[in-house]
Amino acid sequence: MSDIASKVRSIIVDKLGVDENEVTPEASFTNDLGADSLDTVELIMEFEKEFNLSIPDDQAENIQTVGQAITYLEANAK
Amino acid sequence: MRRVVVTGLGALTPLGNTVQEYWQGLISGRSGAAPITKFDASRFRTRFAAEVKGFDPENHMDRKEARKMDPYTHYAMVTAEEAYQDAGLEGYPIDGERAGVIWGSGIGGMYTVYHEFKAFFESDGTPKFNPFFVPKMISDIAAGYLSIRYGFHGPNYTTVSACASSNNAIIDAFNYIRWGVADLFITGGSEAAINEPGVAGFNAMKALSERNDDPTTASRPFDLDRDGFVLGEGGAALVLESLDHALARGAKIYAEIGGAGLSADAHHITAPHPEGLGATLVMKNALRDSGLSPADLDYINVHGTSTPLGDLSEIKAIQNVFGDDAYRLNVSSTKSMTGHLLGAAGAVEAIASIKAICEGIIPPTINHFTDDPAFDAGINLTFNKAQTRQVRAALSNTFGFGGHNTSVVFKAYRA
Repeated sequence: MSDIASKVRSIIVDKLGVDENEVTPEASFTNDLGADSLDTVELIMEFEKEFNLSIPDDQAENIQTVGQAITYLEANAK
Repeated sequence: MRRVVVTGLGALTPLGNTVQEYWQGLISGRSGAAPITKFDASRFRTRFAAEVKGFDPENHMDRKEARKMDPYTHYAMVTAEEAYQDAGLEGYPIDGERAGVIWGSGIGGMYTVYHEFKAFFESDGTPKFNPFFVPKMISDIAAGYLSIRYGFHGPNYTTVSACASSNNAIIDAFNYIRWGVADLFITGGSEAAINEPGVAGFNAMKALSERNDDPTTASRPFDLDRDGFVLGEGGAALVLESLDHALARGAKIYAEIGGAGLSADAHHITAPHPEGLGATLVMKNALRDSGLSPADLDYINVHGTSTPLGDLSEIKAIQNVFGDDAYRLNVSSTKSMTGHLLGAAGAVEAIASIKAICEGIIPPTINHFTDDPAFDAGINLTFNKAQTRQVRAALSNTFGFGGHNTSVVFKAYRA
């Protein structure tokens, strides 16, 4: 697992209070991990802070699963 | 109108984290004040407070839930749960549409406001406010969380009247039950203002005691050398229900609410009326509403914050209302032990008053060293040691900045 992937997973575990083995690439924040709309906004903000980047709203809307977050951040994080 | 009784109690206070610990602290005459541990207060004029001790919200809820709440909401959740369990409501088929929550908080999420603003001011100006900032901060959210937790669909809101807030909550819940709008309420209040702006703000008003060399004796209501209140925090919850509802489910009954009074000083934003005008009115209103005469009361749990002016005007008001009966009463300020819990004061003091009725013990006004000749020595201010006494009815006063005055009368339950 990449460094980015493991950081993403630990942020999700921390913010959503879920078990690490639930955080699979296919897991959806809202459908599988119990996030509400505010949790999702907070997750995106945590990714921005951790990886020091700004995620535009139209791209944030496409980050709905663990795998999508990792893919996006691996492509865009400096 | 229907009769209203108290059937459940919960408390989280500087003296202890359950009703039992709180009451033991009160009757043993212990102070909850100590040097501040929540932040570095070394540059503050007042460096002590009455903090809640040994409390971790994650022992009561999961971490994800806990971090979405301000401390004042943690206190609400934990005290409400104690009261709910104490009332034996777990597993009871409550009609959710006839059950409500009215909570009191003078300030709400001050900790959250402070930390979010601080992060913004320390940033480059790009706003990065947490999406939970607003729902954590707003002072009504505790009532909302409690309705979700218990599935109560009846009246739901928070009362805000500074240090009178939770008495207002109790009074509103009492009214809705006696008017038949609902059958059961979780009510009470919580406050968590021991933080940098809380302490500095009250310091700037010269409202707080600055007795840093001896925190445990700093809250000394009615003493000649009183120099301001000691900031406290925590909360308390009560389950109120109609007598019929309580009897139908075989609930234990702590006490009955006799009546309540409301008034305003209409005088000054923070200073009490020098002759205790609003305080006189509110106690008269509470007695009239209760259908009781001064001779029927045995105990007054006063607002008594340990400020030079406030203590004086309240005793004047008691003498105005009670006349010669004032000499027969026990009067005490439990803020001498708990400090001043601001918007939660009414709720924690309601529990002190109710327990006084149930146990026949008057909690004391501790830290009395020197008589102040301004007070009539014939008034029994219950100095330093608890006193045993049968209490038929007790009146609990709380007054808030803005000149809001509230009194609630609790009486021994008789079928």
